[in-house]
Amino acid sequence: MTDSNERENEKMETSVQSSGLADVAHAAKRREPGSMPMGRGLEARGVHAWFGSNHVLSDITLDFAAGTVTALIGPSGCGKSTFIRTMNRMHEFIPGAAMAGEVLLDGRDVYAPGTDVTKIRLQIGMVFQKPNPFPSMTIGENVLSGLKLAQLKVANKEELMEECLVRAGLWNEVKDRLGAHGGSLSGGQQQRLCIARSLAVRPQVLLMDEPCSALDPGSTLRIEETIRQLSDSMTIVIVTHNMQQAARVSDYTAFFLADGGPGAMIECAPTSEIFSRPQDKRTENYVTGRFG
Amino acid sequence: MTVSEVKPRKPWKASPKDRSVDLAIFIAAALLSFFFVDFTPMKGKLAYFATFFVFYMLIGAIFKFVTRGSASAVDIVVNTLVALGAIITVLPIGSILITVIVKGSKGLHLGLLTHDMSLATPTDPITNGGLLHAITGTLTLVTLALIMSVPIGILTALYLTEIKGIFTRPIRFLVQAMSGVPSIVAGLFILSAVLYPITKSYSGFMGSLALTILMIPTIARTSEEVLLLIPNDLREAGVALGGTQWRTVAMIVLPAARSGLVTAMILGVARIAGETAPILLLTGGADTVNPNPFKGPIGSLPYYIWKSFAAGSTESITRAWTGLLVLLGIILILFTLARILGNRKVAR
Repeated sequence: MTDSNERENEKMETSVQSSGLADVAHAAKRREPGSMPMGRGLEARGVHAWFGSNHVLSDITLDFAAGTVTALIGPSGCGKSTFIRTMNRMHEFIPGAAMAGEVLLDGRDVYAPGTDVTKIRLQIGMVFQKPNPFPSMTIGENVLSGLKLAQLKVANKEELMEECLVRAGLWNEVKDRLGAHGGSLSGGQQQRLCIARSLAVRPQVLLMDEPCSALDPGSTLRIEETIRQLSDSMTIVIVTHNMQQAARVSDYTAFFLADGGPGAMIECAPTSEIFSRPQDKRTENYVTGRFG
Repeated sequence: MTVSEVKPRKPWKASPKDRSVDLAIFIAAALLSFFFVDFTPMKGKLAYFATFFVFYMLIGAIFKFVTRGSASAVDIVVNTLVALGAIITVLPIGSILITVIVKGSKGLHLGLLTHDMSLATPTDPITNGGLLHAITGTLTLVTLALIMSVPIGILTALYLTEIKGIFTRPIRFLVQAMSGVPSIVAGLFILSAVLYPITKSYSGFMGSLALTILMIPTIARTSEEVLLLIPNDLREAGVALGGTQWRTVAMIVLPAARSGLVTAMILGVARIAGETAPILLLTGGADTVNPNPFKGPIGSLPYYIWKSFAAGSTESITRAWTGLLVLLGIILILFTLARILGNRKVAR
């Protein structure tokens, strides 16, 4: 019973939150780049991407300052997901994939020869569009799975598990059933479990590929709160199709567009400016809902 | 407080009236077929069976066409044909099982599990001798073949699904071709490549080598299909958490596919447990229990069944049926065990 009440409350809060796009955008907290002690953030320098001979992403240069949340918006197929997948070297898993340019983490190119790819992915975590908890593991094991996968040692596993679940906003809901299977959770809870799982390996950067696209408004709100809290300690890049979401959670917004050719970045600016005073006509058309 | 009484209903189910109509059609068809077969030169159970279906379909279709229209008539015709297909599939299996149980149960006695055939001749009463040598032999052969083929089969499947190297296509082709290899070919191969030039003597190991050749393609193909069903999301999630490919496969992909891999093993065992040709060529078929699979002839259930039928006396033919029954029983037990192991929740 209390569960359904809680959900009702969440829905009401969400509907309050989503009224008035510009207001919310201004309410989103602003932070100057480089003010947080968490490395120098992530920088993309002239990144291109191909699938076979299909040029899908052209010349993206974009800085993600440490401790900021950057939203990538744009219509489907404009290369947003491909772009974030190039940054933690997940792009190379697709047969026929190719790329050009540099991705700098703390000033070092993640594509430099001799780089330990698994280390890169430890430092640049990722949350996927569809919740994908490991089906053979319990909730607790899922949270700690990154440590096992990367063979990391941790002094107090229980403490870390609790910390990650608290930060992902899931602790209260699952603390009594950590031994249950991850698949027994609802979609929104599974997604927060996946976030908790990414946090356990303490990444500097968290890439989120439309993390709320499969979720209801209540779960979306929870995850947005989580993102805001996490941005105190890490750099976050979030791909979203929901412009209210971009306005609510991000400090900066980058608009991507594929106009017939490969996807390109049209504009990147502080979120409030993208939504109130976009420089480019195409950005304005997109954020005001005239196309896309 | 007045609560209106609402009864749960199932309006989508057939009403009692519908069901009595269906029953009437069934009975009418049965009666018609009975008379039809009696008044024509047709004879036998098959005739009843065939005419019954034809009449059921005809009466049903006509009745439904008149009362409900053409869609209902087509519905009953198609339903009957589908049911007929299912019955034809199940009949032989049921018939085989019943025959084996009826004929085999005559030879069942407790001594089967404690005696071997070393002191019994084919014409001895059934209570003399037993199956101990054959049961232990079959279990030995199957276990050895499992130990050899499961790792090879699963590693092959992993190569095909996870590594996807340049040899993927030829290997997949070879595995598919191998799964069609007649068992006698595997037996002759081991006979000419290992037994004659190297060991020069029958042994259980020779038999299980041939069984391994037969088992690997089954396990590899089934495992490959199971691994392909594991969503790519999980592999990406594992790698994105900083796992190497091997650790992702070992910790996430294989556990997620576990029950499917157990099924692959079951299918592999099913493929070889009753395999006779290579066993005849390679194991020598002892009548005593041979605990050493690497030395000397070893008995097995298929060999025992073959030998007992070949002996020809009434007692030995009953022994053969009993052997068949025991073989079926053992396969059933293995399947059940594997299912239980495969579905058991991960213990914490």
